[in-house]
Amino acid sequence: MILINLFVEFFKTGLFAFGGGLATVPFLMEMPAKYGWFTSAELADIIAVSESTPGPIGINMATYAGFKAYGVIGGLVATTALMLPSIIVILLIAKYLHNFSEKKAVRDAFYGLRPVVCALIAAAAYRLFVDYVLFKSSGINYLALLIFLGFLILMRIKATKNIHPIVWIVISAIVGICFKL
Amino acid sequence: MKYKAIIKLYISFLKIGGFTFGGGMAMLPNLKHEVVDVNEWVSEEELLDIFAIGQCTPGVIAINTATFVGYRVAGFWGSIAASIGEVTLPFIIITVLAGVLGEIAGEEVFTAAMAGVRVAVCALIACSVYTLAKKSIIDIPTFLIFLVAFISVAILGISAVPCIVLGALAGYAIKKIGGRR
Repeated sequence: MILINLFVEFFKTGLFAFGGGLATVPFLMEMPAKYGWFTSAELADIIAVSESTPGPIGINMATYAGFKAYGVIGGLVATTALMLPSIIVILLIAKYLHNFSEKKAVRDAFYGLRPVVCALIAAAAYRLFVDYVLFKSSGINYLALLIFLGFLILMRIKATKNIHPIVWIVISAIVGICFKL
Repeated sequence: MKYKAIIKLYISFLKIGGFTFGGGMAMLPNLKHEVVDVNEWVSEEELLDIFAIGQCTPGVIAINTATFVGYRVAGFWGSIAASIGEVTLPFIIITVLAGVLGEIAGEEVFTAAMAGVRVAVCALIACSVYTLAKKSIIDIPTFLIFLVAFISVAILGISAVPCIVLGALAGYAIKKIGGRR
């Protein structure tokens, strides 16, 4: 039953996540409450590991999340389910729809789709922020908030903005250990 | 002949998937090297077209691109070989890592490190949202779409699928009405 649910959820994710990688996060975020395959804290770890290892982020997240739910077979099912809609849709387009990305209807739909994708990822960031930065069990987590702002500034200023996410993730792990977050 | 092409596709995409960090855009240089420069399967212009289609179809962009290139080179089995090649190494790496991380998950040091990592992940996603917002929120209608979608998901807890569908329909409708005026 877990495997069927995994398949359905990740197939759905593959079919509706537009914009690759991070666009799958809002879908993964709905899973902890529905199935308990992983907690939302573990989802943040899944994102971190997926950004730090080679390969498409969406695939990495599906493999990891599937593994958490049902071991190696879970990973295999989730990854396959995420890939299937892509393969089906692309094969159809390659065979029947030429100039797909230049079609007016497609471009018009994307005019409305892009801000939605942005909003979905923003909502995911907001949830992560409230759960893991803003609060801890004893109230507002000022230390984490300060570190968050520090990272945000460093990631935006010119001198350091092009540093690869892996480097930030490694630094943040060290910061976490040093400050006993 | 075709059999050889299928194996070549698998190996090429094995390299692309296994040695690209960050997915999506980060994949383009490796992809171009293998597909355009080394194997001359498609021209650079064609690759950019394929990449554009990969971005405006659902699912993981890397898989969409692999499927399309594979189909061009060797039909249906070519697309399957390229897609599976793309995910082979990431799948192995994540599965091994998930096993190892599962073993040390209870350690105090690991918990602190991960608390730090979650803060960085949150900042990384916030930065992506900023970049996306600049490209997707371009006028008042797109801002309103963003706002409605964000409130629906972050505050009202509506799931991602209806937002995606409505966003695409809204984009299409707005352009249609705007075009008539």
